[in-house]
Amino acid sequence: MKINDVILETVTKIVVFIILTVAVYLFFSGHNSPGGGFIGGLVLASAFVLLLLAFDIETIQKGIPFDFKRVAALGVFIAVTTGLGAIVFGQPFLTQAFSAFNLPYFGETELATITLFEAGVALAVVGVVVSIILSISEDV
Amino acid sequence: MIEMMLTTALVLFALAIAIALYRIISGPSIPDRVVAMDMIVVNLISGIAVVSVLLKTKAFLEVILILGILAFISTIALSKFIERGVIIERKRDG
Repeated sequence: MKINDVILETVTKIVVFIILTVAVYLFFSGHNSPGGGFIGGLVLASAFVLLLLAFDIETIQKGIPFDFKRVAALGVFIAVTTGLGAIVFGQPFLTQAFSAFNLPYFGETELATITLFEAGVALAVVGVVVSIILSISEDV
Repeated sequence: MIEMMLTTALVLFALAIAIALYRIISGPSIPDRVVAMDMIVVNLISGIAVVSVLLKTKAFLEVILILGILAFISTIALSKFIERGVIIERKRDG
């Protein structure tokens, strides 16, 4: 029997972008309000899960050709590297720094190295969650 | 006055959740339970909105967005499981 999921696929194509926007918002708002790398990574992973639910594994892996185990490893690498960057400047491990920059479009912006650490956390969470879901849905 | 109205709204949302919980416990079929679960999450979202008005804080508004996303995805997953027996397919035919 030929399956027909037109409504689910069309709604998914729109809703995935809303979920990705919420994920990026949660990631960047984590410094001053609820949010952060962990919950941003989880919402990002739920966008991938929604794509996997509406379509199938081979289509999604053709469209998003990441090996998610390597994404998790890259996240841990980024987090450890930002910690080691403090040692270069003679500070203890994982010391974070921040200062204000004058960016061309955003104006006076305060940039902190904790954002890079949180990016590593988010990538690790996305990689772990999506590879868990892909590996438990393997043999069907 | 407004606090009494909000508290009444919370009590009514709790009543709706209790009724949906009865449908989950004694629902004759699985789709009844799935729809009741979706209804519980919607009432929970409304309750969180009312609580954030009562506590005069904006800290819970992300919870509303995330609960909406989670309810949508979990309802789709349960519906696919009921309809086809498989949630994430390897390769669709067609």
